[in-house]
Amino acid sequence: MAAETRGPRRNPEEAFNAVGDHIGGDREQLLSFGTDEDLASVVQPGSDLVILAQVQSLFRWAQLSSIWPMTFGLACCAIEMMSAAGTRYDLDRFGAGAMRATPRQSDLMIVSGTVTAKMATRVKRLYDQMPDPKWVIAMGSCAIGGGPYFKHGYHVVKGVDMMIPVDVYVPGCPPRPEVLLEGLMRLQDKIRGKKGRLVRPKWIDDYITRIPD
Amino acid sequence: MILPKLQHAPASRPGDRARTMKSELLHINMGPQHPSTHGVLRLFITTDGEVVHSVTPYIGYLHRCAEKKAEGNTYHQYIVYTDRMDYLSAMNSNWGYCMAVEKLMEINGMGVEIPEYAEYVRVIIAELNRIASHLIAFGTYGLDIGAMTPFFHALREREAILNIFEKVCGARLMYSYYVVGGVKWDIPPDALEEIELFVKLFPDKLREYNELLTTNKIFVERTANVGVIDEDLAVAYGCTGPVLRGAGVKWDLRKDQGYSIYDRFDFEIPVGGGDMGTVGDCWDRYWVRMLEMEQSLAIVEQALQQMPREGEIMAEMPRRLKIPNSEVFFRSECPKGELGFYILSDGGDVPFRCKVRSPAFHNLHVIEEVGAGQMISDLVATVGSLDLVLGEIDR
Repeated sequence: MAAETRGPRRNPEEAFNAVGDHIGGDREQLLSFGTDEDLASVVQPGSDLVILAQVQSLFRWAQLSSIWPMTFGLACCAIEMMSAAGTRYDLDRFGAGAMRATPRQSDLMIVSGTVTAKMATRVKRLYDQMPDPKWVIAMGSCAIGGGPYFKHGYHVVKGVDMMIPVDVYVPGCPPRPEVLLEGLMRLQDKIRGKKGRLVRPKWIDDYITRIPD
Repeated sequence: MILPKLQHAPASRPGDRARTMKSELLHINMGPQHPSTHGVLRLFITTDGEVVHSVTPYIGYLHRCAEKKAEGNTYHQYIVYTDRMDYLSAMNSNWGYCMAVEKLMEINGMGVEIPEYAEYVRVIIAELNRIASHLIAFGTYGLDIGAMTPFFHALREREAILNIFEKVCGARLMYSYYVVGGVKWDIPPDALEEIELFVKLFPDKLREYNELLTTNKIFVERTANVGVIDEDLAVAYGCTGPVLRGAGVKWDLRKDQGYSIYDRFDFEIPVGGGDMGTVGDCWDRYWVRMLEMEQSLAIVEQALQQMPREGEIMAEMPRRLKIPNSEVFFRSECPKGELGFYILSDGGDVPFRCKVRSPAFHNLHVIEEVGAGQMISDLVATVGSLDLVLGEIDR
């Protein structure tokens, strides 16, 4: 009865076979091994299984499971970033809750807010101070491309990607904390080695078919 | 600026090396990326050991051209930019701007009468946002001092308020809910129920905060008698809001200027009394905010009782707002202090010039006077107690 209350667990043999399939597969699949689900299913207390994997993919698994962001609040989006780290949304569930106050200890820079001309050089310097590997999330429409200050915003940098490379763009003004969490998960996918793809929502396809020629 | 005399620590023994060591001033930049400057504030500090010799705030790292934007946007379009000035209390900023434009219309004989129902909706939502803003001030001040737990408690209650705002206007942070002449949407019935529930439950939470942080011995030691801003200094620097009231000055525009329908409610203006130390210290400013949350709650409670069941939410407004050449300055009481809008119109549908008098800008500059002579750790406590929002300072 006790085992049932703990939820379904995979048989170790079955899990080993699943991993074996991975290893027997092609190179792309081998690289994508190392997702947390795979490891969690195989590594069970009491089992004496040997896991074969590339060191690189194990490192990736470790990196994506403990992304430490920098507390780098620029403007309004920083409040939503605080909310994401706060009580209801709890960024820590994704291993990204350890906010570091210094760039030297952080892996991820969430550019949360408007980057101005005066701040731009500082953003660049902070990025340079972060140790590799490092990632950047551009949060909010200001960081993506100037946002509501695009026109007449004489002091606003039109997008932080003019200064530093950006991995994930999180749109919104400001984005809800859920959107930031989604952006973080897409970043984890990217670290995992998944290729990005353009997904067109279904409603656009439906809409296009209805447009008369 | 007159700097206070430096106090050197006396050498522990005669002939101690420390006595003969020459002390040098050290220049330190605190910010623009610093966890306890609440945004991108840069403080240029000259220190003598652990003691701050002088401190100069450098601002402009978040200058987003908000005043210039007014000259290219119509009176209605500019409301969204007032959201982004003080992003912790966007409703209050919206309201201040809308009232300024309404005043400008009144001067030119185009005055509109705000429906009574809309006035009540405005008051309820603005006071809820005041509570939300003070909750962030309370939570982050705990973080600055080194207490992590209050932050999570404060955010929990703030999410309850944001839930209400989402039901009312659909947004979590940038509302643009107030428009010239009223409000944009009616409060849905389930949101009203939620407000009533919040009013019922929140006093218990306030008690919880007071047990958690207000009377905490470490917190009191860190904040009492620290960063004392007395009455004269606060008035001389143009401080407003909890900073001024914390210094013992009973000044609140909701009573002293009496805009909107605030004369219909019975509430008090809390002032600092030096309960834990000197009048006007960090603890007093913090305590004034805690008391203000209580008073805001009382206003919301009374407004819910007095509010008519239903009514108009918007006055009759011209489709395109064009105001003849005139000027107005209107200020309102925001959570941070007095927010003033000076609008100069020239007959077109956009303002010719819009100047914003932001409370946090004036509250910040008192740090030059107060910060000198403090320990560095006390400077952090003082900056935190001013409750700065950089979006509003730099605009």
